[in-house]
Amino acid sequence: MEFWITRAFRLALTLFVVVTLTFILLRTSYDPVVAMLGPDATAREIEMFRSRWNLDKPLFDQYLAYLGNAIRGDFGNSFRDGRPVFVVIAERFPQTLWLGGVSYVFAIVIGVPAGILAALYRGSIFDRAIMVVSVVGFALPNFFLGILMILLFSLVLQILPSSGASSWAHIIMPAFALGLTLAGILARFTRSAMLEVLSKTYMLAAEAKGIRPVRRAIFHALPNAALSVITIMGLILGNLVAGTVVVETVFAWPGIGRLLVTAISSKDLAVVQALVFVIAAAMVLINLAVDLSYRMLDPRTRRSS
Amino acid sequence: MIVSTQAPLLHWDRLSVPLPTGADRPHAVENLSLDLRQNEVLCLVGESGSGKSVSAMATMGLLKGEMSQTSGAIRFAGQDLTKLSPDARRQLTGSKLSMVFQEPIASLNPFYTAGAQVSETIRTHSDQPAAAIREKVLSLFEEVHLPNPEQIFRAYPHELSGGQCQRVMIASALALDPAVLIADEPTTALDVTTQAQILSLILALRDNHNTGILFITHDFGVVSEIADRVAVMRKGQLVEVGPREQILTNPQHDYTKALLAAVPKLAPRAARPVQGKPILEVNSVSKTYRTGSFLRKAGREVKAVVDANIHIHGGETLGVVGESGSGKTTLSQCIIRMVEPTSGQVQIAGKDFLSLKGKELRKARQRVQIIFQDPYTSLDPRQKVGDAIAEGPLIHGTDMREATKISHELIEAVGLETAAADRYPHEFSGGQRQRICIARALALQPDLLIADESVSALDVSVQAQILDLLADIQTQRGFAMLFVTHDLRVASQICDRICVMQRGQIVETGAPDQLFANAKEPYTRALLAAVPGANRVFG
Repeated sequence: MEFWITRAFRLALTLFVVVTLTFILLRTSYDPVVAMLGPDATAREIEMFRSRWNLDKPLFDQYLAYLGNAIRGDFGNSFRDGRPVFVVIAERFPQTLWLGGVSYVFAIVIGVPAGILAALYRGSIFDRAIMVVSVVGFALPNFFLGILMILLFSLVLQILPSSGASSWAHIIMPAFALGLTLAGILARFTRSAMLEVLSKTYMLAAEAKGIRPVRRAIFHALPNAALSVITIMGLILGNLVAGTVVVETVFAWPGIGRLLVTAISSKDLAVVQALVFVIAAAMVLINLAVDLSYRMLDPRTRRSS
Repeated sequence: MIVSTQAPLLHWDRLSVPLPTGADRPHAVENLSLDLRQNEVLCLVGESGSGKSVSAMATMGLLKGEMSQTSGAIRFAGQDLTKLSPDARRQLTGSKLSMVFQEPIASLNPFYTAGAQVSETIRTHSDQPAAAIREKVLSLFEEVHLPNPEQIFRAYPHELSGGQCQRVMIASALALDPAVLIADEPTTALDVTTQAQILSLILALRDNHNTGILFITHDFGVVSEIADRVAVMRKGQLVEVGPREQILTNPQHDYTKALLAAVPKLAPRAARPVQGKPILEVNSVSKTYRTGSFLRKAGREVKAVVDANIHIHGGETLGVVGESGSGKTTLSQCIIRMVEPTSGQVQIAGKDFLSLKGKELRKARQRVQIIFQDPYTSLDPRQKVGDAIAEGPLIHGTDMREATKISHELIEAVGLETAAADRYPHEFSGGQRQRICIARALALQPDLLIADESVSALDVSVQAQILDLLADIQTQRGFAMLFVTHDLRVASQICDRICVMQRGQIVETGAPDQLFANAKEPYTRALLAAVPGANRVFG
């Protein structure tokens, strides 16, 4: 019970800090009116725009009004087209969830087993090959990988579409570009987590019981290694979010990453603020889920009371 | 001892185990020929690096890489174990040949309950139904005297004590009634009273199951309690083997003689007359740990130290003995404020140590230095030995030339060559490193030296040298010493007075000769009785 109250409190606090910081940063970095209307706007136009969007009030009042609305779930309307911000985000969000989800699953399905095998066959050619690929995976910037893939598969071979999200074929390249980095990171961490567990006395004790190697790896080493791998799986979500912004732009994928880029370049404050909030909320929730699964998995925290 | 006339149960026939290239010698074990008989405890003794654990691992087939390329034979039940296929060997491992390790808590997988782990041993080697396995495990827990077997069955390793974990490991090793049990330092990590219980359990197993037990230890006290025969190893070679009494009372080989001579005597000395001025005065110091949070104020309270009173004069050594969790380390850390005491007073060389803050505290800390247990982790691997020793004086304002001079003098004083100053810690053995740690602690000319289990990680021969060194330097320099240890033999030799701690409280204090001859507290008597080989003089 206490655990839940602390977590809920932390979650609320994090979101509050995020909302406040984005507000302060965005409002102090430039004047949204000039940015929106351009240098040629007349004083009267500027005046009208200010009062239309309540930008003529003192900054602190604007903040309170914004915070009040945010708590009610209202992030205002887009400065661009006047539609409610959540409508704008809601039509893009599923696309990003789809791309991010596919990449994440790809990273786990490839990265974790590769790391396990590399650890079990430590020092073999197989291990070295996996580590080389994983270094390439996370050293290669994903926009560069994306462009290379477009060149090869769309322009030269002409077998995959270079942009858009209208079919199954469209997701292959962006998901690969996004997932490869994460798979590389996961493989390395899984390998070192497994190696650490394999060196423990209880693994030797398991061997001394006459348990077969496959069973030792799956039932004795893996659950213990999983504890640290799960932590990393939470952390790489940050990379995933950063990655979507880049990859969606490269592949013209109609998700919130690309929306964020266009909203920033067109100075659409309301959309940027809401997007940052949505992304932060997603991150916090997913990390909470990671924490919970960690707690459930590890007998030491599960039964500490 | 039961003398068996049967053929040996296990026969090592010129077994050699290679070391990886680049090691200090070509073989970890060289030409080992030895028998283990039914219904006997064969103690394999030797110092660290003598090859005793490697012999055990080779027997269980647990060696990896280059070391698995053994030569010679290990004969068991008419077959050479080293020639078996991996599958055939695995069928014997854990069922006919089983093993118990040194670190009981680390040997259990934290992810599974004790019951599940013992059940798995049975399931690996048989097709019994789950219910039968459960019954068998519960009866094994009963046999190894685990309290409340049902509860232990469902408990995770972190919920058990070290002694309980070792009983679970022994239950697992016994699960399939093995012919051979290998126990690698099974009681080294345990308290003396727990050790005594585990030793009597192992003797009962020998008698009830006819098991041949290879018992690896470095402790001759344990040997004198448990061995039927003793084999002594040194640098991979067997130097001597024979019945217990013969080895303990009439050893033939010089190395065995030297080993026995180095065993600390349980020869309690009298307190030396007090000469120096009072250095340490600890009045009613308590430390209570509270677990709780801002939502639940009333958490659990753990009283680590309760109302401790001690005092030490210059040139005097006060021993603090007790089992793990008795609060001896917490008390020593309260004195130098590595842990802040909850209440009480500490005076060091006339200064109220607990009221000092910031700069004054840092300055006063020169007066107290500490030597830790593990010489391998208490030196910075990237700092040259000379620099490590000179660092303290430098920080406290001595100039470079003077600090270097101090460092060189101390290196000689602890019995190393001055050239050692330019070398790194990894170039030294454990005993040499502990000498370096002592030199480092002395560099600030402390009034009080705290030695926290400072010889516990060392081999007996090295242990004896370090104890002599500490006593000599103390005579020369006249500092007060607080000597924290779990080892009553060591305490009886080096201390002027000993205080015995139990559950955070000092239950009894006295000079070793008085304390050992007529202890007032039942707990002190129980501790003394549990010392292995207490009534015996070695060497």
